[in-house]
Amino acid sequence: MTATQTSSAPRRAAARAAARRADRAAWLLLVPALVAYGSFVIYPLATGIQYSFYDWNGIGVATWVGLENYVQVLMNPDLLGAIRNSFVLIAFFTLIPVGTGLVLATLIRTMRDGFALRASQTVLFLPQIIPLAAAGIAWSWMYAQTGAVNQILSTLGLGFLTRPWLADYGTALPAVGLIGSWVLTGLCTVLLLTGIGKIDTSLYEAIRLDGAGWFREFFTITLPGLRQELAVLVTLTVIAALSTFDIIYTSTQGGPGRATLVPGLLIFRIGFTQSDVGLASAFGIVMMVLVLALVLPIQRLSRIGDR
Amino acid sequence: MITSRTEVVLGRLLLLVAVVLTLIPLVNMLSAALQPADRNPIGLSWPTDPQWINFVTAFEVGNVWRLMGSSAFIVICVVPVALIIATLAGYALGGLQVRGGRIILMVFVLGLTIPFESLIIPLYYQAQALGTLNTQWAVIFPLIGLFMPFSVFWMRAHFVNVPRELSEAARVDGATLWQEFFRIQLPLALPSLSALTILLFIWTWNQFLLPVVLIADPLDRTVAGALTFFQGQYYLSIPLLNAGALIIIVPAITVFLIFQRQFIRALLQGAVKG
Repeated sequence: MTATQTSSAPRRAAARAAARRADRAAWLLLVPALVAYGSFVIYPLATGIQYSFYDWNGIGVATWVGLENYVQVLMNPDLLGAIRNSFVLIAFFTLIPVGTGLVLATLIRTMRDGFALRASQTVLFLPQIIPLAAAGIAWSWMYAQTGAVNQILSTLGLGFLTRPWLADYGTALPAVGLIGSWVLTGLCTVLLLTGIGKIDTSLYEAIRLDGAGWFREFFTITLPGLRQELAVLVTLTVIAALSTFDIIYTSTQGGPGRATLVPGLLIFRIGFTQSDVGLASAFGIVMMVLVLALVLPIQRLSRIGDR
Repeated sequence: MITSRTEVVLGRLLLLVAVVLTLIPLVNMLSAALQPADRNPIGLSWPTDPQWINFVTAFEVGNVWRLMGSSAFIVICVVPVALIIATLAGYALGGLQVRGGRIILMVFVLGLTIPFESLIIPLYYQAQALGTLNTQWAVIFPLIGLFMPFSVFWMRAHFVNVPRELSEAARVDGATLWQEFFRIQLPLALPSLSALTILLFIWTWNQFLLPVVLIADPLDRTVAGALTFFQGQYYLSIPLLNAGALIIIVPAITVFLIFQRQFIRALLQGAVKG
């Protein structure tokens, strides 16, 4: 501030002009990204909102129906069932991977950074690299009547439990959920392990000298220290649960009946098989709002702790 | 370090269980793929006479060369363009601190929470209007746009941490905006750029929803999108289906094993920053 006050008026004007020029150049750099984002995210989002107020089969004339599509999404039991299923999946996509990751990461916290740990990390990361659609295929074979799951159960003397897991109304949804647990547990473990590595080790030394056990150490040091990582993982895995598509598409197609139907698959079917573009679009908007409603509080909670 | 013996043993045991559980479905795919193609295999059992020929059959029946070519084309069009325009935008937002940049950043960040499924219906009719439907461009254009929120956010996070003194020094030396960008900023951004390249590569290669909806001919899709075609093609033969799926997975896994340190770092950073 003092510099501008002492400099003469023409120099100030010149500086302002230069700043304006630099600002204009900076805006030019933003243009390509804004065009791509605007054309293929914002514009479709806007047309999606527009479609959601119409009854349209994709070819003929569209008729304005107001909020009727939204009423259907929120009242029709089939559509609500899909939303309910996706909430059940959160248990498998979020609770199991984050929970397992936490226990595992705290237990191997002191493990030497040698070959065993590196090799384990590599293996645990494999499910992140293969397409989810391939995971769906691999697991449908695991769960088949003649598949490995039933074979292992029989070997353990639990033969009475065997069944075609994905074709059974009672087990299909949890079975699909466990595919998600398989995909995400490694990521959670490795990320939490990295997070624990950043916690000051003297804290652990101190509390152990204090005579604390595993549980007290976990709740007073590990858990608070991992707040940021946990917020990230919960956000990531909740979004993964609500927007599952690939795994379901290649394993159960939503069946048996509607047992594993999820919003993503339903949007696909209503929009392209039943050609009810308005209803499918309304469902898409509801899905987006649901994700926002779940994710924003998580972000806010993790920030409150920072202050 | 003070830790009890039980914890150490329990931890290693659990880690071993997790590793084995992660590997079983993959090993199970391989063991099924090596069974005789005309029989239904049973569970996890190593074949007495491994049928490696199944991979050759699956490769031919699945038109894998064409599929790999199609995937590679989509990756080559999406990744470099997304990298370049996200770097420019990230520099404007993070390095130059353009006026109104906070609002622009917010608009991009909100895009991180939009599920692809919410946009897929309008994207279909948009592709129809643009005349790109059922061509690879129907996937290429939207993917570039859909990758912007994360990519811009990521590159901004890099540029915002570059010390201001660097660019001030360059300006004092008389460097233009472009010279400063190419000679000073870009070389410094290389680690962030390579991590982003890895992430965008996996996300494009494994993209499923967009190709399945927007490209009718499975052979013009990404390899992941073509897996549905494999399911149709080999639905009578579990060994061939598994062989086909493995062929598709192997290139990604090979790249991963070569660059695994960079991969893991990129994915972890990607998770934390995203």
